[in-house]
Amino acid sequence: MSTNVMLCGVGGQGILFAAKVMACAAELSGYEVTTNELHGMAQRGGSVTAQVRFGSKVHSPLFGEGDADVLCALEPVEGLRCAHWLRPGGHAAISLQRLIPVTVSTGRASYPSDLEDRLLRSFSSPKLLDCAGMASKLGDMRLANTVMVGALSSWLGLPMSSWRGAFERIVKSGLVEKNIAAFLAGQEA
Amino acid sequence: MERRLLSGNEALARGAWEGGVRVAFGYPGTPSTEILENLSKYGDVYCEWSPNEKVALEAAAGASIGGARSLVTMKLVGLNVAADPLMTLSYIGVVGGMVIVVADDPGQSSSQTEQDTRHYARLAKVPVLEPASAVECLEFVKRGFELSEEHGCPVILRTTTCVSHSRFLCSLGGRGIAKDANFERNPTRFCPLPIWGRKLRRDVEDRMVRQSLASDTSPLNKEYVRGTGLGIVTASVCGLHCLDVFPEASVLKLGWSWPFPDQLLKDFASRMDRVVVIEEGDPILEEHVKSLGIPCVGKEVVPRCGELTPMVLRGVKARLEGREPEVVAPVADAADLPGRPPMLCAGCPHRGIFYGLTKYDVVVTGDIGCYSLGVFPPLSRTDVLLCMGGGFTLAHGLSQAGEKRPVVGIVGDSTFFHSGITGLLNMVYNRGKAVLIVVDNRTTAMTGHQEHPGTGRTLMGEATSEASIEAIAAACGVKRIKVVNPYDLAAVDQVLKEALGADEMTLVISRAPCVLKERRLLGEKPVVDESKCKRCKACLKLGCPALELKDSAGCPSVNPALCVGCGMCVQTCKFGAL
Ligand SMILES: Cc1ncc(C[n+]2csc(CCOP(=O)(O)OP(=O)(O)O)c2C)c(N)n1
Ligand code: SF4
Ligand code: SF4
Repeated sequence: MSTNVMLCGVGGQGILFAAKVMACAAELSGYEVTTNELHGMAQRGGSVTAQVRFGSKVHSPLFGEGDADVLCALEPVEGLRCAHWLRPGGHAAISLQRLIPVTVSTGRASYPSDLEDRLLRSFSSPKLLDCAGMASKLGDMRLANTVMVGALSSWLGLPMSSWRGAFERIVKSGLVEKNIAAFLAGQEA
Repeated sequence: MERRLLSGNEALARGAWEGGVRVAFGYPGTPSTEILENLSKYGDVYCEWSPNEKVALEAAAGASIGGARSLVTMKLVGLNVAADPLMTLSYIGVVGGMVIVVADDPGQSSSQTEQDTRHYARLAKVPVLEPASAVECLEFVKRGFELSEEHGCPVILRTTTCVSHSRFLCSLGGRGIAKDANFERNPTRFCPLPIWGRKLRRDVEDRMVRQSLASDTSPLNKEYVRGTGLGIVTASVCGLHCLDVFPEASVLKLGWSWPFPDQLLKDFASRMDRVVVIEEGDPILEEHVKSLGIPCVGKEVVPRCGELTPMVLRGVKARLEGREPEVVAPVADAADLPGRPPMLCAGCPHRGIFYGLTKYDVVVTGDIGCYSLGVFPPLSRTDVLLCMGGGFTLAHGLSQAGEKRPVVGIVGDSTFFHSGITGLLNMVYNRGKAVLIVVDNRTTAMTGHQEHPGTGRTLMGEATSEASIEAIAAACGVKRIKVVNPYDLAAVDQVLKEALGADEMTLVISRAPCVLKERRLLGEKPVVDESKCKRCKACLKLGCPALELKDSAGCPSVNPALCVGCGMCVQTCKFGAL
């Protein structure tokens, strides 16, 4: 049995970093782990998803729609787009920072105005938070993805020592404490 | 032993390094690009970006004919370009191990076709290895060098997007010994003139028989015995998905999938009540299993197109069990969400040219690169895309055939060096009239900013000579060459107007570095002055993602997090509101 985590967002938001931190924390907790990234043209502002799986044994790096135990979205529209990946009873954390696609700016599509209602209908008791806002309060917008990792950490059952170890391994030494502060802020949200 | 979480591409680099690779060549292409980027960081392997895949494969052939181990990397369509040397190299063979990594893209996440590289392996009569995970990538590339030397021929290692981009915990070893080349003359082997070529041809057939027997007992093929009811014959990462989706079935996962291991297939099938072949792409394995007289099910339940994800395999399982596949559809609230197609970055230099072209009634034959995104609204200024280099040659053919509208052919700088030059030469030689544009952003942007012959840097980070597009064009005989700054919209318009009116061909070079690579501000970020804005939306015709229109009746606004201050929108506003 493995734990399946689905991450989604927009290119440039740091989904792949979040996946890396999670995978590393799972590895440091003694699990087998895989990740997969779907980032066709991620840097050019398209939708991006990533999957992380960990457990005592993992065969495939992919799980199917409806198989995620945990889903996190760094952008609410992307969260809705991926909502069907979550299994019944799974947990979701969604950041409310809106990123307007160019299809909306050029009048070819509209950005939903009733986002929170939709999110509450599509997920059972999602954790809704403003990762970007929380990150800028901590002094660095780029920590939004770390806030998100903190927000879903309680559902993954990995010890704090592994999370700390993951940050120590992945980020530059000067940024470890900032990331841990952002992680803890997310955890408390 | 140290373990590290590596992607398939990182593991291929690691495996090549541990396998004693001496030299590595390639041309970027998703999902293969990171292999050489990673390998070049080891520092003790000569690595290069060649201008195209044919050059890369030929250079590697030179090294391996001389006895050194070589690696070549490319994406699936790259092998179309490199197919010519591959076919003959199979006959003359190699001395030092040569592994050609070809990354296929089932599902076409970033490719124009979904071609199945196994066809090329069969056509060239060289073995194909198919790792399923990063762990196998590391192991198979090492084994690939050995097999290549044992059988004296190059080996194709086929990954897929999923294999290249999935990370697994891999056990690491040390650097293998890398031998220098030391060429030994042997013209009857290395010069396939017809007198000698016919013997080489027969040797290839004998070699395939030996390879089939070796594959029968190769540890690269793995059997997961879990029952004798359903037996699945598969390869690559599909095999791993099958282990999850079919927990009761036994799985024969081929790692050395061609020449086929006949005895192994017969053996496995004889122990199963029912056999199903599950392969991504064309029914190559399936048709062979059937030709061995083994009854099996295959493409009647397994889709031919697209990636075989776990969800798709659940559908296969349902069909095998005579059930309707379950559908897990997006939630109802996702039905009308705005799409988020990839687009040119805020401040992208390519935008100036495509915006300029919106003012003219022309046919635009484009090419593959970030500037392919010029096809999307609101720019919509690309009408055809074929293959790298095609931007120039299509334009030539269309205009020579009497097309009434002016034809404009566009290629990027990396594409120009890849295969644009011959098309340009052809057009000059044959007195073509189309307008050609090189959108020179000083990098290979689409695949993540690789160096190329025009950037003055090698993959290993060394300074080198910078090929000049103007000088090459002049040497080809182009008389009208115009260099323009794409951020100066009036200048772009002037250059286009002149070029379209001229009665001889013009080469326009639009030159400004990619902003995503440079990551610096180009100027002041504009703000919209709502008192001056007439809501005419003229600026939105640029399709800049930093210009947002939150309310369709309101004023656009500039998102300072995305804007790089390129100033194009300022030039489009007649009312000075920006
Ligand atoms: C034969 C072939 N090799 C590789 C690729 C992958 N590829 C697509 S676009 C591209 C780079 C194009 O670079 P450039 O022409 O400079 O345009 P830019 O992306 O910088 O705008 C590459 C390598 C391909 N599509 N076809
Ligand atoms: S990466 Fe560079 S070339 Fe590509 S769209 Fe962005 S700015 Fe333009
Ligand atoms: S200056 Fe205008 S066109 Fe250029 S990046 Fe900023 S908003 Fe986009």
